[in-house]
This record gives sequence, structure tokens and C-alpha cells, in this order.
Amino acid sequence: MTAAAQAVRPTTSRPRRTVPTAVAVVVALAVLVLSVTVAVTVGPAGIAAGDVWGSVAHHVDDLLTGRRTEAPLGPLLDGIVWDLRLPRVLTAAAVGAGLAVAGAVMQSLTRNPLADPYLLGLSSGASLGAVAVLVLGVGVLLPVAAFVGAVVALAAALGLAGSLGTLTPARTILAGLAVAQLCSAGTSFVIFWSATGDSYREILAWLMGSLAGAGWASVAIAGLAVLVLGGLLVLTGRTLDAFAFGDTAAAALGVHVARTRWTLLTVVALLTGALVAVSGSIGFVGLILPHGVRLLVGAAHRRLLPVAALAGATFLVWADTAARSLFEPRELPVGIVTAFLGAPVFALLLWRRRSSTQALG
Amino acid sequence: MSLELDRLAWSVAGALIVDGVDATPPRGALTGLLGPNGAGKSSLLRLVAGVTAPDAGTVRLEDVDLLALGRRERARRVALVEQDSVATAPLTVRDAVLLGRTPHGSRWGGLTPEDHAIADGALREAGAEAFGPRLLGTLSGGERQRVHLARALAQEPELLLLDEPTNHLDVHAQLDTLGVVRGLTRRGVTVVAALHDLNLAAQACDHVVLLDRGRVVAAGPVPEVLRPEVIEPVYRVRCVVLEHPETGRPVLTFAPAG
Repeated sequence: MTAAAQAVRPTTSRPRRTVPTAVAVVVALAVLVLSVTVAVTVGPAGIAAGDVWGSVAHHVDDLLTGRRTEAPLGPLLDGIVWDLRLPRVLTAAAVGAGLAVAGAVMQSLTRNPLADPYLLGLSSGASLGAVAVLVLGVGVLLPVAAFVGAVVALAAALGLAGSLGTLTPARTILAGLAVAQLCSAGTSFVIFWSATGDSYREILAWLMGSLAGAGWASVAIAGLAVLVLGGLLVLTGRTLDAFAFGDTAAAALGVHVARTRWTLLTVVALLTGALVAVSGSIGFVGLILPHGVRLLVGAAHRRLLPVAALAGATFLVWADTAARSLFEPRELPVGIVTAFLGAPVFALLLWRRRSSTQALG
Repeated sequence: MSLELDRLAWSVAGALIVDGVDATPPRGALTGLLGPNGAGKSSLLRLVAGVTAPDAGTVRLEDVDLLALGRRERARRVALVEQDSVATAPLTVRDAVLLGRTPHGSRWGGLTPEDHAIADGALREAGAEAFGPRLLGTLSGGERQRVHLARALAQEPELLLLDEPTNHLDVHAQLDTLGVVRGLTRRGVTVVAALHDLNLAAQACDHVVLLDRGRVVAAGPVPEVLRPEVIEPVYRVRCVVLEHPETGRPVLTFAPAG
């Protein structure tokens, strides 16, 4: 077909170009590893990519042999790489991967393109928990409070939705909305009533999402959640696919619709709760990124979920790197950067793949 | 008899939608499920597919109680194509047809080469092999219906349930779709299709079941059921039946009752 003919009738007969899943995953993985390496070098104190791997090798060697040897980079640079930047970058990768997978699954389970990982009032619940402990001055409990807040919100939303009858997408969304609104009001009330200048700044930074405090504990929490819960979601790809034509079609394909929806919503919520606990609610990644990846690799979950995880990880690594280095020494909340970076990229993708958007029916 | 519905009943919010339906659609035949709007055609199909659980009654396929089977086991024997199915995501035709393999194989595993081969065969049998790489949303209504049929065929069902398969299709696409269905019955698949168009049913079906307000009013071969004295009270119209000069099948014409 000539370019002119394509311009006239872009949608009718052009076949989809799809890359094999394995190739897409390997390429995305390579890009992620490269991004992590480069992201650690960004910032003051000239660190080269080789230094990053040198430091990693040294620490892994120390861990395996149980010795404590002299760092090849010197204590100062090694501290920057191993104690500050690497855990932060890895947390960004884990959070990005988890949010992208959680968002993609949420969108499929509710058949709603506007769904994101925070749908069931999770971020509002987490915020209420977090704000409560920040105001009380026990910020150390923040991850726990945020996680508990998210889980309580989930339980409330699913309880409300379930009490209405079968757990349909519409009931899920509306019950989540009710819980989210209530928790938001609670959060606003706590801030309005008791926040002072200092805690106000802290609260605002958390509400917009930030990876500034990420250490190895954050890597462990987010990483474990992504590997276990995210991995579980990736394995259910075929079941999620069965929801493409709605609940009846899924049931006719032998899927236990209600049990599957309850289980997967709970897994998504636990994953999101763990992520929110370490990073606050970072927007955009879980909402838009899955759409972008769908436009590139199609909607089948066995391709979508692994690629979305890797793309989300890479995206958040870069967004957080930009957040901490663009206006050095001031740091932007990463949630602002994700939208600034991501929205134009998504708009471009939408335009390049306009035939797919027309084909949503 | 391959399929036996025995006193199937289902109500929602106190309203009886399916009211003690007995029917025995013959094996390897196309049975038309007819009746006015709200007669319970779609509900009955969902009960037979095991998508909704009946309040009472049984469904037996080759003397196996379908409702006592596990979901996946049942989905390997019975396929359902709903009315106006749309996907919310940009799915390729191939991916849509591969969904039919969901109840087969491992729940956690990926698709096997056999799954792909069966999907290819289903696409071929439904005359949809040319659309494989295209997105579902770019197809015409008739083409999309072939893809839905291919998805059901990939399930390798003994019983295929179709809810208004010719809805919104032009005449050519209607005959096309029913042509594919006739091909299936020839190789032994039992098909039950809810149909709106009585004339289409008269030309295409072997057997018809006429429902009204959740009950079976008449059932049997086409000429026995599609008669004015049966049709008129159910649809509240005046009906004159002619004979098709070529096929000898009934052709129905309607006028307002009065």
C-alpha cells in the first residue's frame, strides 16, 4: 500500500505489526538495566557507569563472603552510589513496575479505561493513614500507617460493593468512589485542623508522591511486593484476557468471575498498598502507562503485563532522576514529573497509533 | 436426544423470567429459539451455558448433567456467543479467537502450538482467516460475527449457543453467518440460536422452540410451529403464512392485529 493510500484509509486493512513477546521483554529489560545504571550516575559527584557496577560487585562480594573490605570507589562516592542513589533508583523501578501492572489489571477487571491502581479508595485511605501519623509526629510509622490505611479502604470498598450484590465493574467503581471521597474528606479535615507549617510541607510532599527517602528497606518492601504479587498478576494473564468481552463471556469461558474479581482486586490492592507505603501516591504511571503499552504491544495480557512492568520501571526511574536533578538542589515531587514527562509522550503515542484508538470498539 | 432442558426455572428480583422450560433440541441440528422481546430467550441461553445458575431444573448434554460439571469442564463442551459483544481493549482477531482456548490446557501456562493450530482451524472454518492480524474494531459487523463464531469454535464445543447472531447484520451477512453455522451442524455440533427474525428462522432452522413469557408455547420442526394459529397470540399480530416457491418452507407476513 502506498503512503498516500495509507493516509486516506489508515485503519481498514493495515495489519498490526507486532514484535514477539520474548523480543519485546528482552529489549525492555536491557533498556531498564541501562537506565538504572545511567540514572545512578546522574547528579553531582562525577560517577561513571563502570563505578556503579564496581560498587555493586564489591557490596555483593562482601555480602556473600561476609567480609567488609575497602570500597574501590572510596567511602564517600561508594556511600552515594550504594546508600543513596542505588536504593532510590531501584525503589523507583519497583514502584514503577508495580503501578503499571496494577493499573493494567485494574483497567481490565473494571473494564474502565480511567481505572488506576488507586481506584478502590486505596490512595485516599493510605493518605489518611499517612497524614494522621505525620500530624501526630510519628512519621517513622508512615509506611505502616499508609499500608494499613490502604487495606482498610480496600476492605471498606469491597465490603460495600459486595453487599450490593454481584461484584460488577460498576459497583466496584462506585463503592471505591464513596470510600475515596470519605477518606479524602478525612485527610483534608486532619490537615485543616492540625497541620502546622512543617508537617504541612511534609504532608504535601507525601501526597504528591516522592522517592526522596527511599533506602534499602524501601527496595525490599516494594521489590518483594512486585516480585510476589506482581508476578502472580502476570501469571493470571490468560484469565484476565477472558474478561475482554465482559463478565458473561468470561463465565462462558469457564472463569469463576466473582471469585477471580475478588482475588485479583485484593492482590492489586495489597501490591498498591505496599507501593504507596514507600513512595506515596505517584499518579500517572498506573493510569496512562498501561494504555501506552497497549497501543504498542496490543491488549493481550501475556504480552501487556511483562512489558508494562518493565516500561513502568524504566519510566519511573527517569521521572525520579529528573525530579531530583532538574532543579538541583531543590527537588520536585516525582508525581509532577511523571505527568509532565508522560502526558506529551502519551499524546504522541495516541496520535501515532490513532487507528488503534478508533478500533477500541 | 443430545440436549435436554428439564423444567428450567430462573427468577430475578421476584419476577419469573424462565418458567419451567422443557425442550429437547436435536443433536447436530440448528434449533431456533424464538419469541417476542422479554420472552426469556437470552436468559434461557445463559442458564444452558451455566453462566447463571437456575433456581430449578437440569440441563443434560449426552446424558451428562451440565450444571453439575466444573466451569472449565463445561466450557470445553458448551460455547456461548452473546449479542453485540464488544471488547474494551484493542484486541487483534487472533487474540480474540485464542480466548476460546481459555478452558483448555493449564490455567497458569501459556498457549501451546496446539492452541494456535486450533485457533487457525477455527478462523478457517468461520471464514475469518484473512482478518487474523487485524484489530477487532476495524471489522464490519458481519466480519466480527465470524470472529465471534471462530472464538466459540476454538472452544471445540459439542453445543453452541448463539444469542441473536444475525442482529444488526445486512441480509448478505445474515446468510453468511448462518451458512457458517450450518457447516457446524453438518459435522455434528448442536446449535441453539435465539433469533428475532421469524422468516430467517423459517429458512435456516431445522427445529424451533417458541417462548412466551418464560414458557415454551410450541416446539418442533419449522412447519409445525410457524403457523398462524401459533404465532398470532404470542406476537399479537395477524399472520399469513405462504409457501416459498423454491424451498417449500413457510414465509410469514404480518399485519397489525385488529
